[in-house]
Amino acid sequence: MGASPVLDTARFDTVAVDAINAPDFSLAGITPLLCVFGAAAVGVLVEAFAPRNVRHPVQVAVALAGTLGALVACVLLAGTREVTAAQALAVDGAGLFLQATIAGLGALSILLFAERSLDPARSSFVASAAVPAGSARDRELMTAQRVQTEVYPLATFAIAGMMLFTAANDLLIMFVALEVLSLPLYLLAGMARRRRLLSQEAALKYFLLGAFASAFFLYGLALVYGSTGSVQLADIRAAGLEDSTSTLPVIGLGLLIVGLMFKASVAPFHTWTPDVYQGSPTPVTAFMAACTKVAAFGAILRLLYVAFGDSEWTWRPLVYGIAIVSMLVGAVLGLTQTDVKRMLAYSSIAHAGFLLTGVLGLGPGGTGSGLQATMFYLLAYGISTVGVFAVVTLVRDGDGEATHLSQWAGLARRSPLTAAIMTLFLLALAGIPLTSGFIGKFTVFRAAIEQGAWPLVVVALVASAIAAFYYLKLVVLMYFSDPAEDGPTVGVPGLPTTIVLAVTVSATLVLGVVPGAVLELAERAAIFGA
Amino acid sequence: MPETLPATGLLSASWLLIALPLLGAAVLLLGGRRTDRWGHLLATGLVAASFVLGVLSVVQLAGLAEESVTVDLFTFIDSGSLDVRAGLLVDPLSAVFLLLITGVGTLIHVYSIGYMAHDPGRRRFFAYLNLFVAAMLVLVLGNSYVALYVGWEGVGLASYLLIAFWYTRPSAATAAKKAFIMNRVGDVGLAIAIFVMFAQLGTTSYEDVFGSVGLLAGGTVTAIGLLLLLGACGKSGQFPLQAWLPDAMEGPTPVSALIHAATMVTAGVYLIARSAPVYDATETARTVVLVIGAVTILIGAVIGCAHDDIKKVLAYSTVSQIGYMFLAVGLGPVGYAAGIAHLVTHGFFKAGLFLGAGSVMHGMGDQVDMRRFGGLATKMKTTFVTFGLGYLALIGFPFLSGYWTKDAIIEAAFDKGGTSGWLLGGVAVLGAGLTAFYMTRLMFMTFFGTPRWEDGVHPHESPPVMTVPMIVLAVGSVAGGFLLTQTFPLVEWLEPVFGPEAEREHVIAPLLVSVLVTAVVAVGVIAAWLLVGRREVPVTAPARVSPVVTAARRNLYADALNESVFMRPGMWLTRALVWVDNRGVDGAVNGLAAGLGGSSSRLGRAQTGFVRSYALGMLGGAVIVTAALLAVAS
Repeated sequence: MGASPVLDTARFDTVAVDAINAPDFSLAGITPLLCVFGAAAVGVLVEAFAPRNVRHPVQVAVALAGTLGALVACVLLAGTREVTAAQALAVDGAGLFLQATIAGLGALSILLFAERSLDPARSSFVASAAVPAGSARDRELMTAQRVQTEVYPLATFAIAGMMLFTAANDLLIMFVALEVLSLPLYLLAGMARRRRLLSQEAALKYFLLGAFASAFFLYGLALVYGSTGSVQLADIRAAGLEDSTSTLPVIGLGLLIVGLMFKASVAPFHTWTPDVYQGSPTPVTAFMAACTKVAAFGAILRLLYVAFGDSEWTWRPLVYGIAIVSMLVGAVLGLTQTDVKRMLAYSSIAHAGFLLTGVLGLGPGGTGSGLQATMFYLLAYGISTVGVFAVVTLVRDGDGEATHLSQWAGLARRSPLTAAIMTLFLLALAGIPLTSGFIGKFTVFRAAIEQGAWPLVVVALVASAIAAFYYLKLVVLMYFSDPAEDGPTVGVPGLPTTIVLAVTVSATLVLGVVPGAVLELAERAAIFGA
Repeated sequence: MPETLPATGLLSASWLLIALPLLGAAVLLLGGRRTDRWGHLLATGLVAASFVLGVLSVVQLAGLAEESVTVDLFTFIDSGSLDVRAGLLVDPLSAVFLLLITGVGTLIHVYSIGYMAHDPGRRRFFAYLNLFVAAMLVLVLGNSYVALYVGWEGVGLASYLLIAFWYTRPSAATAAKKAFIMNRVGDVGLAIAIFVMFAQLGTTSYEDVFGSVGLLAGGTVTAIGLLLLLGACGKSGQFPLQAWLPDAMEGPTPVSALIHAATMVTAGVYLIARSAPVYDATETARTVVLVIGAVTILIGAVIGCAHDDIKKVLAYSTVSQIGYMFLAVGLGPVGYAAGIAHLVTHGFFKAGLFLGAGSVMHGMGDQVDMRRFGGLATKMKTTFVTFGLGYLALIGFPFLSGYWTKDAIIEAAFDKGGTSGWLLGGVAVLGAGLTAFYMTRLMFMTFFGTPRWEDGVHPHESPPVMTVPMIVLAVGSVAGGFLLTQTFPLVEWLEPVFGPEAEREHVIAPLLVSVLVTAVVAVGVIAAWLLVGRREVPVTAPARVSPVVTAARRNLYADALNESVFMRPGMWLTRALVWVDNRGVDGAVNGLAAGLGGSSSRLGRAQTGFVRSYALGMLGGAVIVTAALLAVAS
């Protein structure tokens, strides 16, 4: 973790007070971040100055340009390793891999946001969020062409925050990023066009609990700073936990973990997940489930591997236990869900547990294949999740999306293709061979076993078996039940959703059948710090 | 085992022998109704092509210095230390079977064109028949026990499908199931034998197994020999697994002729002959083979005397004749070639007899009860003559096939010497007499005497497409024995496989044996004439008969034995297992599912929807997390 000689001169705390130099920024290294932050800022300007009738296409274009630009920038930066912006940002393999993942999944989510032909109400998003739900004006605007186009800059800011989250080499920056990614999400969650009260309730719940979790994080930050004298991950690592007579940094670590686990919807900090996933507009759910998970795990990995990597003996038993609780809670509670989105929320909780299994694949001193396994898993899981929620947007009845499980009965007879795509994603989430989910599970489990955590893997396999029940229950329901008379119809997706489905289906298959190239990429990228 | 060489020329295309009939089966089964019109012709043509190819291959093989070639096909199983390469072995022994299977197979395909002309399932029939030929060729041409096993199961499947060809008849369905299950008993033996070979030797190819038999402990060789014998008994309908074979006559008659007389049921003899190096190394297993052969000769012959169903009589005759073959191969090097020779001639005359029986049934409206026949000699001349020649060949009429090949076995049995030699020879001679009796009885009841036909039956000769194969087989029945023992001795042809014919001391002069056997056969014929031929045959079987006849009619209580020893305990075991499965396994699974579901709903109650309780939960989690961390760190 040694800092580069160029940057040493730029460190605030080692430089004489009379010579305040501007921190050295490596602009090249943070291009991906600049792309997305820039796009978000442009989005705000578009909102202010562009005429209403062109706003939607322009916003979509700007958001896509930003995210795809960031993706390209990450690819171009591959292999770069530096710490920049006064030690606050790390540009390294793992960071770039995760940023690229977030940017890519973010672009797919933006496409889902932009779908306008599925819903007769023209969009998943409210026409004007300020109009009280259920009012006459609200009913009037229901089928209006208008859309609250601020969702695009908001989403772009959230993506920027997520990317920053994975790059943060400094607890304060990490906290700022946490807020940058969270605040837009709270808003987005409340912007559904239909069932607005449910959506707003979800937003409020998410906001309250999110703020609560942020407070934990901030307090943990303060305790760690108080005991180590620095907020920089490298310094915290250097201070170490063993030498400290105080219990403060340990409590601080605990509170930081609580804050991050909340974002990653790891049990027992998962309680918001089902309600928020269900209430949010489905494209936002897809976005949250895929991108937030990647970002949160990026931060967890960086915190545990970089700041507390030398004292992994302290947090290992804790993470071990949390992983077990999360897998079992996600698997068992998912069994009795009757709503597809809630079911997928519990699936996301279970997957958080599997991801923690991969985190435990980290050996002492940063050895082991845990990092690469977790990164591959995040990519595979994110793709399947965006895909599965994209399918959820297709199945609808008069009230919008038909998310009750009973409404999916016999879907295969009504729309064989949709049912087949859904089945593929469900099998991927269940971890059946020939899908990306299998390779993902296989790699994280292998990494955990290499570190001797086989009891955890046994629990993970049991949890996988339990969770497979509810994935397969839906498959069985789609294929072996008679469709209801007044069942839902399957909408014909417009171009954006079609692109999303095509990309996610092929990626799920490719990562399941020929994962070699991506696994190798993850292996080469599995590196933290300069 | 002689040196084997890689195949060259036509022999390297030996895989075609199997591929042709397999292709036929595939086309007919997958082609569906489109192939209804010409499917049977294609099937027949492909088997005939296989036969022609087989003849050419054997001619080439005969010209080679080393009369044994292998064809490497592909790696069948390659898993860890188990490496099974699929390959073919064409040597004199497999060549004999190759010609028998494709030759008789072709004739029976031709016959079936006539026999099945009006059956709606004709296409299916020919498809299965082709499948059978392909599987049987895999069985005899494979170069390892695993390949043999593949063919072994393949013919079992084909046999099952064909016995149940008229699957709407409950009796046919039951018979098929019975055949399949009893064969499983034997197959398990064969499978375990292969496992033992692999475990002990790490290989299953004939060459490697036979090369290293000497390295094995005596007990292991005996175990392998006995397990192989169990497999052979199942497939060949030998005691104690003989009961399925007569029931298998529920299948169409051409099937009985091809599978349950000429070819498949002789696979057990092939297995033992092929495993000669194993049996040469274990006296015990050979003795068991001898005992089983001798017991089966008598069982088959005795039961054959009592039945009235023409096909059942022939079926028990088959059981009994295969007993002779087992007896022969059980004698070791002196008997292998004799057993194979009898197998070939038996294939001819028994196939001919079954085709004749089929022709009779064809003319009599599918009647099988001989008490309803009589006086058919004049109505069905060709059938009578060909059947009669097959009959004479079977009972061992001088200078016809059976005379040459069966007498050779009886002679070899006497030559074993000692008490056992006399005993086995005596049994074989007695069997010959009984054979003469039941076959003569069959002839009298079918072709002579007064007609006892049911009303509305008009016996007529079958069409040429059926009679020509019968004539060909009849020619084989007459001349086959002479050709195979005198003109082109099979013993010499098989020398590369079984080694040179051993010089042996004759206990009784061969001529004397011939005279003795012929005399006993004459006694059997005369007895049949006295008891059946010169009397009026009652239309219903007499009820008041001696206990021996009753026992024979009931198949010597083999079915009762099977039922009480295997079926009933098996049923109880099954019921017990079902109970355990329902209560124990299902109970555990369902209980687990219910438990998970229940805990899911109970845990789900924590998901109240109130932010305050969620926040409380988070707080609790945070307290536990920090407490746990502190506990670990301090």
